[in-house]
Amino acid sequence: MEIKGKAVIFGDNINTDVIIPSKYLTTLDPYELAKHAMEGLNSKFHEKAREGVIIVAGKNFGCGSSREHAPIALEHAGVRCIIAKSFARIFYRNAINIGLPVVECSSILEKTGDGDELLVNLAEGEIVNLTKNLRLQASILPSFILEIISAGGLVEHLKRRLEEHGEL
Amino acid sequence: MNISEKILATASGRKEVSPGEIVEANVNMAMVNDITGPLAIETFHKIGVKKVWDDNRIVMVLDHQVPADSAKSAELHKIMRKFAKEQNIPYFYDVGFGGVCHQVMAEKGHVKPGELIVGADSHTCTYGALGAFGTGIGSTEMAAVFATGKIWLKVPETIKVNVEGEFQKFVGAKDLILSIIGQIGADGANYKAMEFDGPVIKSMSVSERLTICNMAVEAGAKTGIINPDEKVMAYVKNRAEKPIEPLKSDVDAKYEKVVDVDVSFLEPQVACPSSVDNLKPVSEVEGTLIHQAFVGSCTNGRIEDLRMAAEIVKGEKIKGGVRFIVTPASHEVYLQALREGILETLAKAGACICNPTCGACFGGHMGLLAEGETCVSSSNRNFTGRMGSPKAKIYLASPATVAASALKGEITDPRRL
Repeated sequence: MEIKGKAVIFGDNINTDVIIPSKYLTTLDPYELAKHAMEGLNSKFHEKAREGVIIVAGKNFGCGSSREHAPIALEHAGVRCIIAKSFARIFYRNAINIGLPVVECSSILEKTGDGDELLVNLAEGEIVNLTKNLRLQASILPSFILEIISAGGLVEHLKRRLEEHGEL
Repeated sequence: MNISEKILATASGRKEVSPGEIVEANVNMAMVNDITGPLAIETFHKIGVKKVWDDNRIVMVLDHQVPADSAKSAELHKIMRKFAKEQNIPYFYDVGFGGVCHQVMAEKGHVKPGELIVGADSHTCTYGALGAFGTGIGSTEMAAVFATGKIWLKVPETIKVNVEGEFQKFVGAKDLILSIIGQIGADGANYKAMEFDGPVIKSMSVSERLTICNMAVEAGAKTGIINPDEKVMAYVKNRAEKPIEPLKSDVDAKYEKVVDVDVSFLEPQVACPSSVDNLKPVSEVEGTLIHQAFVGSCTNGRIEDLRMAAEIVKGEKIKGGVRFIVTPASHEVYLQALREGILETLAKAGACICNPTCGACFGGHMGLLAEGETCVSSSNRNFTGRMGSPKAKIYLASPATVAASALKGEITDPRRL
């Protein structure tokens, strides 16, 4: 599974309140949420993300609340993948469960410039910076997590599993 | 094994588990609120299962935006009520019957020692105060739990925090947990369990323990947990319907590391904008002008917190130009505060008493901040924009520091009053 996109850079401890402020959580419409993605830091983010981007960030990305609206807003804004030094655990699970790839790479922030073209191979855990002609090693996701992501998220994955067992 | 490992082993039907292992565990209780619940319900319908795995193991609470502050919130509440009815879920707490979900879970007996509890809210780690392994999950994952009753979990490494010494007057649980997070950082326990122990923890009330475990997630922890003792068993026995089988850490249990903390010289602590680990002793921020003071939330909205605030403002008036918002964490807390005359004391001092809700802490309603305003709050997060305008500033502190600050109109050391 390969993902390509331009890097958009963020720092450490990007929390769910800046990813999607709580005043927008009364909607379940993912496209409405997308309009406000990252509004706490950059109100124009959703316009920039529309072309399909990869977020590059520091440590503890997605810390804060359990609101799944955060990865949903990012995904529907056009974020194809998030590469961070580390993730907060609930955000990490939420992203995987909705099929948004998340990759950990310790040197990503130092080796990536805003707008760099990146190519991510999830199965190999390899990141290629096409702009700078660099290869970086990321953490390799366990196979069952890759299965969830490639199914498009936990719902599809679970449906398949339940169907196989004749429970659906 | 330590307590977290024992609970995960029990929940997954194993004799033993160790950190790093991934287990498929059976969930004892699952909780959703009015922000995460509707999304979980929508996703549950997408899975295509007709009936939830066990209607007696699901708790639904309306708390974030109650009573409905907008037509959109009212629609979310409607989705919750409809689902509870369709699925025959008995533990549904509507407006006027519950309060902030974590307080409701504890006081209504839905949290029992030794159990695995998942909640679609990050502060589900609160339940560790009662010896349960509580952890926050998202809505999609909750939909899968509704369908199957199961969840995959990685057994976490555990950091043990050993607390000794004796608190000074007006210094307590909130100051302690803030100081621990300040020491290890906002991601200092990421993916890990934090187990709190030592004489200070053992002498704490259930309420104080709830405050401690509640904020474990602010260090990134999967759960915060305390071995249950007689105090916890007495608290739970009065509330829970089912029998209880508590689990405790073995004497030779393994920990990733042990952090020793002495509270004897601990000053009141203040987390400055806009990160919980941007911590300073109150003496370094005293005099910072405030526009609002907030006592409430699942961290510090319990009866003991309200008592403390009332003790400080009794017979006084809060400073002109300051809004003092007090939001009891639950209906039970509200009634108790009413009976004790606490609400009257607070209201006479100029506090605005709100109904039980996540309200201002969540930045939903009931006390939001305008651009350029500053709030000192007993809640758990001071992120940019958390309580309203992204150009407002939030300082986190104990209820004592918040009440003292409300009186003076600036951040104040409660010991100096």
